[in-house]
Amino acid sequence: MQRSIDNSAKNIPKKKRKLRRDDIELSLLALPTTIWYIIFCYLPMFGIIIAFKDFKITPGKSFFFSLFSSEWIGFSNFDSLFASGRIWILLRNTIAYNIVFIILGIIVPVTLAVMTHLMRNQRAGKVYQTMMFFPHFLSWVVVSYFVYAFINPRNGLIASYAEVLGLPARLNLYRNSKFWIWAFPLINLWKTVGNGMVVYLAAITGIDVSLYEAAVIDGANRRQQVRYITLPSIKPMIIIMFILNVGRIFYSDFGLFYQVTQGIPLPLRNVADTLDTYVFRSLTSNASLGKIAAPTFIQSVACCITILVANGIVRKMDPDSALI
Amino acid sequence: MANKNTQKEVNRLIQVSVPTNILFNIILLIFALACIIPFIVVVIISFTHENSIAQYGYQIIPKELSLDSYMFLWNERSTILRSLSVSLFVTAIGTVSGVLMTSVLGYVLSRKQYIFRNLLVWMVFIPMIFNGGMVASYAINIQMLKFKNGLHALILPLLVSSFNVVIARTFFQQTIPDAIIESAKIDGASELRIFATIVLPVSTPVLATLGLFLAFGYWNDWYLSMLYITEQSKYSIQYLLQQIVANIEFIAKTPGIGASMQEYVNKMPREGVRMAIAVIIVLPIAIVYPFFQKYFISGLTIGAVKG
Repeated sequence: MQRSIDNSAKNIPKKKRKLRRDDIELSLLALPTTIWYIIFCYLPMFGIIIAFKDFKITPGKSFFFSLFSSEWIGFSNFDSLFASGRIWILLRNTIAYNIVFIILGIIVPVTLAVMTHLMRNQRAGKVYQTMMFFPHFLSWVVVSYFVYAFINPRNGLIASYAEVLGLPARLNLYRNSKFWIWAFPLINLWKTVGNGMVVYLAAITGIDVSLYEAAVIDGANRRQQVRYITLPSIKPMIIIMFILNVGRIFYSDFGLFYQVTQGIPLPLRNVADTLDTYVFRSLTSNASLGKIAAPTFIQSVACCITILVANGIVRKMDPDSALI
Repeated sequence: MANKNTQKEVNRLIQVSVPTNILFNIILLIFALACIIPFIVVVIISFTHENSIAQYGYQIIPKELSLDSYMFLWNERSTILRSLSVSLFVTAIGTVSGVLMTSVLGYVLSRKQYIFRNLLVWMVFIPMIFNGGMVASYAINIQMLKFKNGLHALILPLLVSSFNVVIARTFFQQTIPDAIIESAKIDGASELRIFATIVLPVSTPVLATLGLFLAFGYWNDWYLSMLYITEQSKYSIQYLLQQIVANIEFIAKTPGIGASMQEYVNKMPREGVRMAIAVIIVLPIAIVYPFFQKYFISGLTIGAVKG
């Protein structure tokens, strides 16, 4: 994005020019979407200071009037979050699951995409890809039903076949935290693997075949072709996906953690509670908005820093692959 | 033709041996089946007789089949249809206006001569790395925009996304030659006219991509309902499904003649009905997405190209 700005700067003569009719017309065209951006992206950015305010609603006045007239209280809103130690559990869960998701989300889809590319029956590959893409189109509510069909303790599939599987009857996996440590990565992989595969396979299909031709003439075997042609060619795509995902490392998929576990039952709180589920629960309780905003402030700032740092590191190592 | 042949030859060169090919097929088939089997299981359960579920639980091969769940839903179709119409309304309005607003901004950003271009590029870019967080949005939406129990609460927040704008801009940059626009301008066409009569007609692929991204986003959304909707008449179909996880009884409203409400509720095929509603939501998606996936693929690839 940054680079495109630089490029365009080169194209346009530097000197300031007058506003022309086109400019006014284009501005008018862009106006509705610009207003949308201001209301839904930029106003909340000012709203972020709510985390440092003792927010009180002034009746009859707008949100921002209330916000600015509320008293500054420094970091008091963060006190209870840190005092209870809750924040560390939330951060641990959010980040740890994301790291696992990112690693699995690169290794598995890339492997599957490379395998599909090497297959002799390409048509079957298309079919597999279509099948794997299916979960991507489902909402987490629907996924939570699929999971329910398997693990609900009364009549779920696992309960029905508990004897055959050698599991204890009446096993309630909804209250079993060990199960979910494994289940979250698996369910997330299940839902995202097709999406990743599609992206990587599209990148592989775009590789110039003459590279492979040359490699074959040079006597490269298939393993070497994958290692020296396929993987390096899709590296930029892997890095882009990596940066995008790292940039969201402080965010979690609310649907996965909240909906699929059916609202995070108490025994799962320590393994399933993330920053987002915590914020949602607080929003539906009576906590003050300032207190609830404290974790979201950490989230926003930490994320911004992470994405810039990740991009900086990539830029150091491989300037062409950096996103910004 | 010759090109195609060499392509085939090269493909043959890079393809694996037969045994490896079989191994790859097995691995991919396992993953592929794992992705659709849960849905098939849910379909089977929705056709299982409630007595069979009560006695043996869910089974892959049920002892007794029945259409009871679907009959029950048909009986209670008013609830389902109302939720469906909420979902359809939100999806239709949201998709059309979202595509328009996204493509318009994408077009403006693709015009290199535009004086505020850099400013708008930054406007689109900054939200990709920083946002005000959920609480600030929630407070603004509730207090300034009156989101509580309004259908606009389900439409507005998802209208535009920077990712989609970048897709649109990249597409216009790559496919609309500046010369065409310049010549139209010399003929005296306004920017709106150029966009509507020259740009849009040749942009159906990207419009389809954006439309599909938005349509699936709206159709699958339940989070906004969870935050802002409390009136049952405004439940979307996904939110209805979300609500009946815990409490399925509330959709039982129209007992037949001669049956008391209590009997009716007691007799309803609860487990089957749950799964039947899930099937009703997923089936249209399962039928359509294979035909549309190429637009998704092109969107995902354009979007990942750095702007």
